[in-house]
This record gives sequence, C-alpha cells and structure tokens, in this order.
Amino acid sequence: MIIKTPKIDRRAFVIGTAAVGAGLTLGLKIPFGASVVRAQDGSPEITAWVVIRPDDTVVVRVARSEMGQGTLTGLAQMVAEELEADWTKVTTEYPTPGQSVARKRVWGNFSTGGSRGIRESNEYVRKGGATARMMLVQAAANAWSVPAAECSAANSVVTHKPSGRTTTYGKVAEAAAKLTPPAEVTLKDPKEWKIIGKPVKRLDTMTKVTGAQVYGFDLKLPGMLNAAIKECPVFGGKVKSFEADKVKGMPGVKHVVQVGDSAVAVVAETWWEAKKALDAVAITWDEGPNASVSSDTIAATLKAGLDADQAFVRTQIGDVKGAIAGAAKKVEAVYAYPFLNHAPMEPMNATAKYTADKCEVWVPTQNGEAAFAATLAASGLPADKCEVYKIMVIGGGFGRRGAFHDYVTQAVRIAKQVPGTPVKLLWSREEDMQQGRYHPVMQAKMSGGLDAGGNLVGLHMRLSGQSILAAVFPQNLQDGRDNATFQGLDPSGDFTLGYTVPNLLIDHAMRNTHVPPGFWRGVNINQNAIFLECFMDELALAAGQDALEFRRKLMSKHPKHLAVLNAVADRAGWGKPAPQGVHRGLAHMMAFGSYVAACAEVSVTGGDKVKVRRIVCATDPGHAVNPAQIERQIAGSFVYGLSAVFMEECTVKNGAIEQTNFTTYDSMKIAQMPKVESIIMPSGGFWGGVGEPTICVAAPAVLNALARATGKRIRTFPLKNHGLQMV
Amino acid sequence: MARMTINGKSLELKVDPSTPLLWAIREQAGLTGTKYGCGVAMCGACTVHLDGKAVRSCVLPVSSAEGKQITTIEGLASGSTLHKVQKAWVDFEVPQCGYCQSGMIMAVAALLKDKPKPTDADIDAGITNICRCGTYQQVREAIHAAAKA
Repeated sequence: MIIKTPKIDRRAFVIGTAAVGAGLTLGLKIPFGASVVRAQDGSPEITAWVVIRPDDTVVVRVARSEMGQGTLTGLAQMVAEELEADWTKVTTEYPTPGQSVARKRVWGNFSTGGSRGIRESNEYVRKGGATARMMLVQAAANAWSVPAAECSAANSVVTHKPSGRTTTYGKVAEAAAKLTPPAEVTLKDPKEWKIIGKPVKRLDTMTKVTGAQVYGFDLKLPGMLNAAIKECPVFGGKVKSFEADKVKGMPGVKHVVQVGDSAVAVVAETWWEAKKALDAVAITWDEGPNASVSSDTIAATLKAGLDADQAFVRTQIGDVKGAIAGAAKKVEAVYAYPFLNHAPMEPMNATAKYTADKCEVWVPTQNGEAAFAATLAASGLPADKCEVYKIMVIGGGFGRRGAFHDYVTQAVRIAKQVPGTPVKLLWSREEDMQQGRYHPVMQAKMSGGLDAGGNLVGLHMRLSGQSILAAVFPQNLQDGRDNATFQGLDPSGDFTLGYTVPNLLIDHAMRNTHVPPGFWRGVNINQNAIFLECFMDELALAAGQDALEFRRKLMSKHPKHLAVLNAVADRAGWGKPAPQGVHRGLAHMMAFGSYVAACAEVSVTGGDKVKVRRIVCATDPGHAVNPAQIERQIAGSFVYGLSAVFMEECTVKNGAIEQTNFTTYDSMKIAQMPKVESIIMPSGGFWGGVGEPTICVAAPAVLNALARATGKRIRTFPLKNHGLQMV
Repeated sequence: MARMTINGKSLELKVDPSTPLLWAIREQAGLTGTKYGCGVAMCGACTVHLDGKAVRSCVLPVSSAEGKQITTIEGLASGSTLHKVQKAWVDFEVPQCGYCQSGMIMAVAALLKDKPKPTDADIDAGITNICRCGTYQQVREAIHAAAKA
C-alpha cells in the first residue's frame, strides 16, 4: 500500500480536494520515528492513528470530518478492531492540517466527500491499528522476557498465555512507543471482526442532546469580534461602492470593510449588531455581464444542447441511431433537473485570527487540507505560519463544505483588516441561500427503441447541462469531458450502469452557466437515476411489460445490481396486490461503489396530495461497518433527496438566485416522512460508500409509483411546480 | 437592559429590547445550545420554552420575554439527570449532525407536556422543525419511547 509520499505544496492540496468523485488515489507512507511522538497531554503515540493514555483510554486519530454521517465512529471502529481495543475506552481526536504538513501527510487525505471516508482509508487506518497492537504486545513480552508469539491481545489487555500474566495497554504504552514498528502487518479476516460490522453506539451523541456540543457557529475566543457579510448576489459581480459612515455609530459596530472585490462586511461586538448594521449599509454593485441571465435563458441554452451535434461521448456500443430508427416502437422523453442548494442547518462560518507572524482559522470543514490551502492563499503566509483547527462536529455539510472554502477566504480577509483580533464570520441563511455552490442544472433527452417482442434494442441518453469539474477542478477533465457527469451510467467502476443494451449511446453536451456548481449529496447520480430509471418505466409501459421483468431481462450480466433490486421487490411484495389506493415504483443504481435499490409505495388523494407511505431500500456496500448508522444514512438520504424532488429548486432572475430562505426553499418535515425499511446486504470483498448512494433511488422509485397512481408521467422538477403537494 | 429568568437564573442583559431573544440568549447570556437556522421562524432550531410553551426565539424580541421564565436546552435536564426526551434521544441515537436537535428536543418536550401520549397525528401536527440530515424516523420512535418513560 505504500506507494509514494506526495510533495506537500499548495498544488498537492488542490489535488487532494480534486479527488471528489474523480477516483484519484493518493498513496501515503506511515512513518514511524525512533523517538516517541506525544499527544498534547503528554501521552505516547503508538502510531499516528493511536495514542494511549496511562488510564488505558485509547485516542483514535481521525483525519476525515464528522458532519452527522457517523464517519468518526466508523473510522474509530476500524482502528479499534485491529488494535484489539476495549471499545468502551475509545475516544477520538482530529489531527490538524498543519501537523499533517509537518509530518509528511501521515494521515493521508482529509477530504470528506464522495462517500469515501471509510472506503478510501479503511486499509491504512486498520494497518495503523494493527501495527500499534503488535507494538503493545511486543512491549509486554519484553517486560516479561517472553516471546511475543506467546502473548495475545484482547480488550486492551495483553495476556501471556503460558503463565497467565496480564497487563493493560496503558501500562505498556510508553515502552511500546519506543519500539521499531514491525515491517509487516497482517489484517484480520473479516470473519474475525468483533467491532467492525456491529451496530455500536455513536461516540458523539451525548453532547448533541444537552446543547454542550460546540459548533463553528458557537465558537468563543477571548477578545473575539463578530462579522456579518453580504456578497454581490449576481455571481461574478463586484462592489462598486458602499456607504459606511451611516452605520459606524451604530451600537457595537467596530469596522465596515470590503472583502475581496465582491463583498462588504460589518465587524461588531455581537453578530446581531453586525447584521443590523450590514442591513443598513447602502451597497452599490457592479453586477457585471450576468445581470440579465434568468432560469428561462439557462433552460433554453440547455434545450439547444439536447440536439447539438457536438457532445462528449462516455459510452458508445453498436449503432444506436440505426437501431432506434429500425425499431418497432420508438419512445422519447425529455427530463429536466433544477439547481439545488445544500442548505445545511448550520450556515457557513469561519473564525480567523491574523497577525504578521501567524494566521489561525477555526472552521467546520469537510476538508481540513482545502481549508488550510484557502488560509495560505488568503493570508499570504507560508504553511508553517498557518494553522487550521477543524471544529469537531459540523452542522451538516452535504458537499458545501468540501471543495469550497469561500467563507474561510472571507474570514481571513476580514481578519487581516483587524490584525490581532479574532473575528467570527457567520453567514445569515439568506447569504447561505444566495451564495451556494449549487447542484448543477441538467436536462436529458432519452430515446429508446423496442423490437416487436418489446425488447430494448437501442438507447440514447443525451445529457445537456452544467459540468461541476469544468468549474471547480478543470484539471480533472479528460479531453474536455467531465466523467463525473455520467455517475451511475459508467461502463465499469464505482458507478456502473446496471443494464446491458445492444446499442447504447450516452453523451453529454456541456452547457455551463454563471451559477457556480458544486458537489451536492449524491452529486450527479441524483438526476441520472431519475432520467434512467423513470425512462426504464416508460419503456416498460410502452412494451406492455412489468417494470421489474423488463429490467431483469437487461440485467443478467449485473448480478449485484439485480440482487438489491430483487431484495426490495421481494420485501415490498412487488407483483402482489398493494393496499387499496397504493401504488408501487422501483429503481436501482450503483453509486460510490455500492449497489442500491428502492421500492416506494405512494398514494394520491384529491388529485394533488401525494403521500409517500413506505420505501423499502436495499444496499450492498461490500462491507457494512456499522449497520445502525447505515440505516440512519438511508433514511436521512431519502429526506434530502425527496425534499429536493418534491419542493426544492433554485431559480435565477436578473443573474441572482431568487430563493432566500426556507420560506421559498422548503424541506420535508416529520409529517411527510415515509416509513423506511432498510435491507443491508453486504456481499463482502469490496468497500462501497454509505452517505450518498441511496439518495438516488428514492426519487425515481417515488416518481414511478406516482406515475402509476396518476397515469401521468412528470419529467420536470420539483413536483410542486405541477401543483403536487407532499403530505 | 432587559431582565429575564433563564434556566432559573435571574439575569439582567445589556441588550437592545428589539434584539431577537435568540441572539440575547446566545450572545449576551452566552448559552449557545440554542441555534440559529433561518431567522424567520421556519426551521425551529431556535426553539426555547417561554413560561413553559415552545417558542421560536429568532423572531421574538427580547422585550416580549422580559419578566418571563425561559428554559433553553441547557436547562432541560435536572442537574446530571437527563430529561426523558434527552434520554430517549440518546437511547435511539437520534442526532446525526445534531445542529437542529436542541430545537427539536425543546419542541418535543413542550409537546409531551401538552399531550403526554401523542399519536402519530399529534406528532405530525406538533413537530414542524426542519432537520436536513433527515432524522425523522428516529425522532418519531424516540418521542413514543419518551412518552412511555
């Protein structure tokens, strides 16, 4: 697994963050020094991943970020398993990006997105645990002057079998830390796992029910001031002028500053004072060339792409045009998917303190290294004069806090104008809604041909819309093509299409907009699953066949896709009569390395009130590290995905996003929550993602059920635009 | 200057009376368990109890809370004994990111005071807080468990 140690410079951070959805793998080295490395409290570090305190507390270092998805607990389970640690004594901490630089990136990639937290780092964190266990056993054996082979470890206790002597990890940690680590470590057979695969309790629950958990929004530093900010609502626009004089005498106001060329901030004693003053600052914007862009002009651009000659081809098998032209029956449909905002419950924020010698940032981030890179760039200071402290728990991320650290840049720019004073920058919800990095807008023209027997002989899927990579990581484009656009439609890999079609063309007419795109939970599988799986139902209907049977005929070469689809169909009772007024719909997909499927049950009353009653979901993530948390991620992903398809859209008027709060960008409530039944069916041998994959099957399963309930197929979203209400 | 009782403690806060109660609680009283989520009473992250009733503190001016009893998430437990809703939240591992849960717990605690054995319909009508992580399935289970406790 030791491949190379990437050189740590700013470019390396950019590459690190670029791995989102791009499958880039960075190797790393686990260095073990001769001298003991100590944690802040003086406890010895056995390996970079494991610190053991004299009282036997096991501190597991976690490089990825906890934002609710449970990765903190999951990664600790991985290390504790190989360490043979007593799980009740396990706690966690984050290393800082500055320490990572100083130690040649010993903890690997910090980026937490693309459902990669566990699947990308499972091997090296387990090795970190296993190595520490061997060193602790060796240290005990040395103390007893017996061969290590006669000793074993379990529950943080080392036992010398022949003599029955025992000692604890805390007692031998000092000696273990001085040992040379073993050259070879062997990981356990999954059959021997005792902590991995078990629904152990999360490590971070208690503080979240007492109000004691400190989020970035809650941070308090001595002498700290608070800042509120307003950036030009038209993307690409700039500050022309602003009148600060009027607000300088307002209570608590300390400074009114321009931030970069596009924003104005007020710094005050409290945030509420800063916000009130900011609302009173008259700002004149130079809105730039995008001030006339609207949702309609964007839609027209995308529509033109549906029939454009030039497109980036991802998959081309056989002669699609010929096959469809010669088909007994042709089916065609155009779908469209809107811009979406992440809207995590905790709006964007960052706290910065700047002096000529040091720039420090405290921030809830999905990628500490990218936050560090933003700090370096905005402060102009070198890496050894910067540090980023990740806030332990993020109030929701969903992709907004991974590749983008605009709020860090802003906080540092403000702090530079108030040197020596820590400044906490909090965004209002309105700022969060208007300065997003939005789920890309996309249309699709689906064309299919059926032979006389109702078999699918040709399928053309033309995507037209925005590329995330073109805007965010253009270096990851391949000959101009954005492969991430095709998530779920790939010929192989983590996003493999689950169908075999004799004549198949999947291509993308890239139509970028001035609205900045971003990685939104599930990224491009959201719309691709709707386009593909809704159209599969349309084809089945045209063929006069059952939606499940029609799919199965195309899936003989995709047994893992088929297994999850069959699982939900069986559990939901597909093919058996549903309760009166209840209609079912199916969908499946492979995403982020996991196979997922859903069967939804929907009823419609009064012609417009849609009730999603029940969704059965199956996932095969290869290995299931914590089934209890997987269940929660499934249900939670459905809330995020169904909120979008029923009620969410960001529209553009005069170059700016029109929605400013939950008043116009709504989210599901408990009354609208369907009963979610999860089937977790890990087949072993691979590591698939958990946080994102299932999001994509909820919407098409519900839409297919809805079409069956109403006899009408809806192809543009959200459903509220069609007068449909989620109840 | 505003006088109010927060979690049983009488406080005199140096604050403009038009300031939303949320920000007085967070910035003057220094209790940050109560969260800002929207500022327009849509999401419920700022829910506290005002004389025992659940209110959304982000739109409530300090002036209308003067002289009243305010309970925040920090004051819900009795010493080190968790409130039955908090206990159910731990048992059912409700929180994901946890940011909205202070408000959710306060809303549920108030609901259970009015309706000690709420039906699913009572829960649907009474709990309208937004959770973007989507913890609703566990929220419902935990409410029923707390009602039985």
